[in-house]
Amino acid sequence: MEFLVASSIGVLTVAGVYLVLRLRTFPVILGTSLLSYAVNVFLFATGRLVVNRPPILSDDALSYTDPLPQALVLTAIVISFGMTAVVVMIALGAYLSSNDDHVDDLPEGLTTSDKGEGGA
Amino acid sequence: MTHWIITPIVLPAMMAAFNVLVLRHHMTLERVFSMASMVALLGIAAGLFYGASDGTMTLYQLGNWAAPFGIVLVGDRLSTLFVLLTAILAVLVLLYAIGSGWDKRGKHFHALFQFQVMGIMGAFLTGDAFNLFVFFEVLLIASYGLMIHAGGADRFRVGVQYVVFNLLGSTLFLFALGTIYAETGTLNMADLAQRIAALPADHTAGLRVGAVLLLMVFAIKAAILPLHFWLPSAYATAPAPVAALFAIMTKVGAYAIIRFFTLVFPPELTITQGLFDTWLLPAALLTLALGMIGVLAARQLDRLVAFSVIGSMGMLMAAVAVFTHAGITAALYYALNSTFATAALFLIVDVVRTRRAQNSVALQAEAPIAGGALIAGMFFAAAIAMAGLPPLSGFVGKLMILEATFDSPLVWWVWAVVLGSSLVAVVGFARAGSTLFWKSHAIEGDPYCADDPEDDQAEHELRDPTEAVPALPVIAIGGLLACLVAITVFAGPIQRQLSATADQLFDTAPYISLVLETPGRAIKDSHGADGEDHSADADHAEPPAMGEKEH
Repeated sequence: MEFLVASSIGVLTVAGVYLVLRLRTFPVILGTSLLSYAVNVFLFATGRLVVNRPPILSDDALSYTDPLPQALVLTAIVISFGMTAVVVMIALGAYLSSNDDHVDDLPEGLTTSDKGEGGA
Repeated sequence: MTHWIITPIVLPAMMAAFNVLVLRHHMTLERVFSMASMVALLGIAAGLFYGASDGTMTLYQLGNWAAPFGIVLVGDRLSTLFVLLTAILAVLVLLYAIGSGWDKRGKHFHALFQFQVMGIMGAFLTGDAFNLFVFFEVLLIASYGLMIHAGGADRFRVGVQYVVFNLLGSTLFLFALGTIYAETGTLNMADLAQRIAALPADHTAGLRVGAVLLLMVFAIKAAILPLHFWLPSAYATAPAPVAALFAIMTKVGAYAIIRFFTLVFPPELTITQGLFDTWLLPAALLTLALGMIGVLAARQLDRLVAFSVIGSMGMLMAAVAVFTHAGITAALYYALNSTFATAALFLIVDVVRTRRAQNSVALQAEAPIAGGALIAGMFFAAAIAMAGLPPLSGFVGKLMILEATFDSPLVWWVWAVVLGSSLVAVVGFARAGSTLFWKSHAIEGDPYCADDPEDDQAEHELRDPTEAVPALPVIAIGGLLACLVAITVFAGPIQRQLSATADQLFDTAPYISLVLETPGRAIKDSHGADGEDHSADADHAEPPAMGEKEH
């Protein structure tokens, strides 16, 4: 099971990093979500992998699994979910306002305030 | 237990919600309440700072749960100093935002502003590493909204870069925290410090990875060299008051480095040996050099200021990286200077931009702008502070940094880079200032340039370049400059205070015992003595790390 979990974290991370390095926003956003899945599984595994054990203290249980990483993962999932929603909205805004979904800067000269947007 | 220490987090949070839910259609009321909240926050922050200035540390246990399982807020000299700095900055920046009308150019500026302040305050006050992550996310998600405030294609595109970069940073932060948790079984900073110190030396591979990952995460926030790419475009493109508020965001990274690497991974710890003198100090020096070269190379005033932020962060981190008492003192003093100077410069850039034809701040001579003498004077003062010339505080800070690095083995490198980059920065700022404010007098034609046919008419209705400089923005910028003058004039007392702060940082035992030994509610086994070995696990006094209980 350790091998399975470790390799799935690895595969998710590799795929995430690859996608993040792409040019356009859609794969980049997919990449960040894959990375966040990877880190969620990783966080889950930081409490050690234990099967069929309750995450609470109880007199009946002989041992238990560490409940704290599960709480951390829950927080991390909520945050990454919200962040993904935000980045999708901003990327959509960027695409709709300039009709271009490249992540990097425009190639020639058209840097930030050249176009006289002036904060309007 | 006094509740004052949590008010810097709760007050902006409540006010943000109130702004969104009740006041969103009433701009005047929103401004009044937002400002009232920030002024109240300033009072509270001053009170907290005063309370901590005699060396007392305040502990706040949320829900009265004892550490390490409960989350704690800790107000010591360092955190209250940064809380006060944030509060001062927030009041002045908000004043500018209101005075210049920036807050009207998009929705929910005030709510996002409050959330941003809440996240920053929380990051400074928390005593729990995971909680620090959560507050980082709070301040980041608010900053995403503020970054694209008022919209525009450029701002959206840069916003995407900024968000993606910070998402990666957050992911890295989680990896770091996970690694550290797996090794130690705790995320409370004081508890971490205790357990890491007690860890056997041959079981630290994972922990080293965690420490380096953490340093990288904070270096992203602080824009240290290989991780600085997000900063120039983001700061140059963000609305001016937002960029000015972001002046404190890079300091959050610096704060986190100082906090973690004095408390959790103290300098004498063997597992983090070499992290600073081999990696951070050269990186900081390169950052400083790159930032100041960027100042010289920039063709637009906003990017020039953004690069000077990178340079000043490099200067700050160079002082941190020697990790001595004098180094931390100098870094803290320089942080005050750099925050105020950065904020003032970004606001001045905006004032210049509104007054120039086509709202461009490209560094080329144009007809003189209205109120040019006053603006030029303010730019001059802020640039002096930023470049570190006498008589303002940048010079004092730089002098302290030079003195602090005197015993470092890399002293010649540090001195060469600091002094050389200062020269470059002076040239860069002087060239920008003379192009913008002096050469303009050689331009023929209508001095106000108001009827430039190229210019968009709607733009003029929004912001008339011929009007005199309005009062509120000048007060806001003047306030920031007054802060610079104040920390110069009172450099002696401030330096003593910061020196005491550094003392407190390096003497971690009181912090740890305060956090871990203050009684509070603890997880008690309801059935008492049943002999099962897991029953007492919840008590933090049990030495084994949580992660090691399962085999």
